[in-house]
Amino acid sequence: MAITKRRTAELAKQVFEYAPAPESTDHIKIEPHYDLFIGGRMVAAHSKKRFPTINPATEEKLSEVVEADEIDVDKAVKAAGKAFDSWSRLAPSRRARYLFRISRLLQERARELAVVETMDGGKPIKESRDVDIPLSAAHFFYYAGWADKLEWAFPNRKPRPLGVAGQVIPWNFPLLMLAWKIAPALAAGNTVVLKPAETTPLSAMLFADICQQAELPPGVVNIVTGAGKTGSMVISHPGVKKVAFTGSTEVGKLIQRSLAGSGKRLTLELGGKAANIVFEDAPLDAAIEGIVNGIYFNQGHVCCAGSRLLVQESIAEPLLEKLKLRLGTLRLGDPLDKNTDIGAINSKAQLEKIEGMVESGVEEGAELFQPECKLPERGFWFPPTLFTNVSQSYRIAREEIFGPVLSVLTFRTPAEAVEKANNTPYGLSAGVWTDKGSRILWMAERMRAGVVWANTFNRFDPSSPFGGYKESGFGREGGLHGLLPYVELN
Amino acid sequence: MAPAADVAKYAAGLEVGTLMDVRKTYKLFIGGEFVRSESGRAYRFDGSINVPRGSRKDLRDAIRAARTAFPGWAARTAMNRGQILYRAAEMLDGRRAQFVEVLGGGRTASREVESAVDALIWYAGWTDKLAQVAGNTNPVSGPYFNFTIPEPTGVVGIIAPEDPALAGLVRRVAPALCGGNTVVVLAPEAAPLPALTLAEVLATSDVPGGVVNVIGGYHRELLPWLAAHMDVNAIDTAGCTPEELTAIEKAAAENVKRVIKSPPGELSPQLITAFMEMKTVWHPIGV
Repeated sequence: MAITKRRTAELAKQVFEYAPAPESTDHIKIEPHYDLFIGGRMVAAHSKKRFPTINPATEEKLSEVVEADEIDVDKAVKAAGKAFDSWSRLAPSRRARYLFRISRLLQERARELAVVETMDGGKPIKESRDVDIPLSAAHFFYYAGWADKLEWAFPNRKPRPLGVAGQVIPWNFPLLMLAWKIAPALAAGNTVVLKPAETTPLSAMLFADICQQAELPPGVVNIVTGAGKTGSMVISHPGVKKVAFTGSTEVGKLIQRSLAGSGKRLTLELGGKAANIVFEDAPLDAAIEGIVNGIYFNQGHVCCAGSRLLVQESIAEPLLEKLKLRLGTLRLGDPLDKNTDIGAINSKAQLEKIEGMVESGVEEGAELFQPECKLPERGFWFPPTLFTNVSQSYRIAREEIFGPVLSVLTFRTPAEAVEKANNTPYGLSAGVWTDKGSRILWMAERMRAGVVWANTFNRFDPSSPFGGYKESGFGREGGLHGLLPYVELN
Repeated sequence: MAPAADVAKYAAGLEVGTLMDVRKTYKLFIGGEFVRSESGRAYRFDGSINVPRGSRKDLRDAIRAARTAFPGWAARTAMNRGQILYRAAEMLDGRRAQFVEVLGGGRTASREVESAVDALIWYAGWTDKLAQVAGNTNPVSGPYFNFTIPEPTGVVGIIAPEDPALAGLVRRVAPALCGGNTVVVLAPEAAPLPALTLAEVLATSDVPGGVVNVIGGYHRELLPWLAAHMDVNAIDTAGCTPEELTAIEKAAAENVKRVIKSPPGELSPQLITAFMEMKTVWHPIGV
């Protein structure tokens, strides 16, 4: 390969010299500690246990939250159960208005939410500002409109709410995942108990404030913080009628098993190992951007990340050359800097997991490429990484890494691409890059995945259903289909 | 019991042309073939008729046949699948008398056959309409064309209900086939004949071999393996006891199987999509 690490770095320096452009944080107010949001207000927890939530880019403590115990969870579920009676009977048009209100408040407080999201989770501000928060607001706006139109969503059926929904969400898109869970649940007339991820509870705490600002009836939304144990208390509580979980396939299986025989409705949005397939006729520059967006967006902490690049053999060499150059221009650093492309890894545990997987890739014989990249001294960081010479049997080609690590494989024929892309227990997403329309549809038809991005990647919209095939889970979030998990059809 | 003299006459072949049953050997239906259980075992569900007592190996063979048949069946045009389901209704209707007898005769049995035929025709008509009702184009905020279509989930295990043994089974198999899945049916232990006989209808309806497979035998020997099998995508629990359901749900988690628990009599497009995945495709719009 003609491109050396040094040349990439030099080039990056020449072309992309940026002055620091940090987003201001002086308008942000983070409490030193947060209680639980139960019955419409922040209440002192029964549990005396608290744990810190830190900024992964600096390792500084931002705040402390409660590790809710059984009694706290019980209180939250009871509050939700009590609220269900009136919320489910409230005129649907009034339910809609509350959701519209929430959506507007999210827009009004967008920057505050974006900054907190970035501080608590490590993602670049340009992503939280331009993706997470606007999409969260849009999600509430979209489902607000469904609240009084449910009969049109399910013709010939009588949709009814299920009751209390217990929802457990991940740390990669904290507020967006909250929106994906709460908006359709409320629109359909359910009430919720939500547990945010232990490393990213703060935007949920702000959301609790927004619920109060919106004067949402007490108990319709309850938020309990904690780790896996608290989450498991939420989903196993007998008062919970519907469980929605987004997270790893491993935990998803545990949940599915634990709910056996409970009669609870369940939707799971789990892991992925998406193939991003580039054919020789693809517009190369667009494909490069798509590959970068596919795996380095949000540090690769994306369940639908395009973590396996399948490139047609005939263009592998020029494509990789360009891709490696492009990696050298990615700016890693302060997530609050508006020019940052790659922020901090969400937690120490996740960093260790990524490091372990990368180590396994090297051990198994893959060839590692990382651009010259200065990592900040404090915080959790991992440079954009690319593996070539990867065999399908390697762990880095089979297991979800959930980090900025791309495994490159090649193929010769479309049939081989299909075979390799589908050769995984996952089935969340896939990408196809080609100039040929009929081939796009041919490939899209054959991808065993819930979302197929053709000549684009990692696009999301509230009206667009999202969810997996196979071990990537079941049920859809977003769109008309996202209502189904929250209604009973009579 | 015939008088001893008659028996003697028949035995001697004295009355040539006397009606006499050609008894049917009930068999499993795997990969389009009627086979005995590889285990060589049988059981008498009613104390007299032998039915094959399928083994784990039979079950695995059936799942493999279903997996092999899946891409072809899923790739059939929706209209073609509709025609084949309709053909199955024709064949079932043509064997009405046989099924009424299998179901014990009388008006109830006759009504049940009628309702099974109805279900086949109803779902036959859904094959080429479902995507128009359950699919969408989605008005996303950006220059993208975005659509969602239902696709079959893959291999589906169906625990056939005991009562109504025919209509109950058809009401689960038809929607699964309608959506393009292939199926492994576990016949009810105590009432296996309608399921085993339905295989004969399907075998003569242009349903490709392996698209529907029917296994008879003991739930306790087969259910746990069907529920835990890594190459089964979904399992319909219409014919399960509550205890079996719990066990199935536990085992199903092994590969995140879809567990379908809708009411036994349900006829609805949502039951078709319960066996399906929603796929959403994005493409930029530009010049």
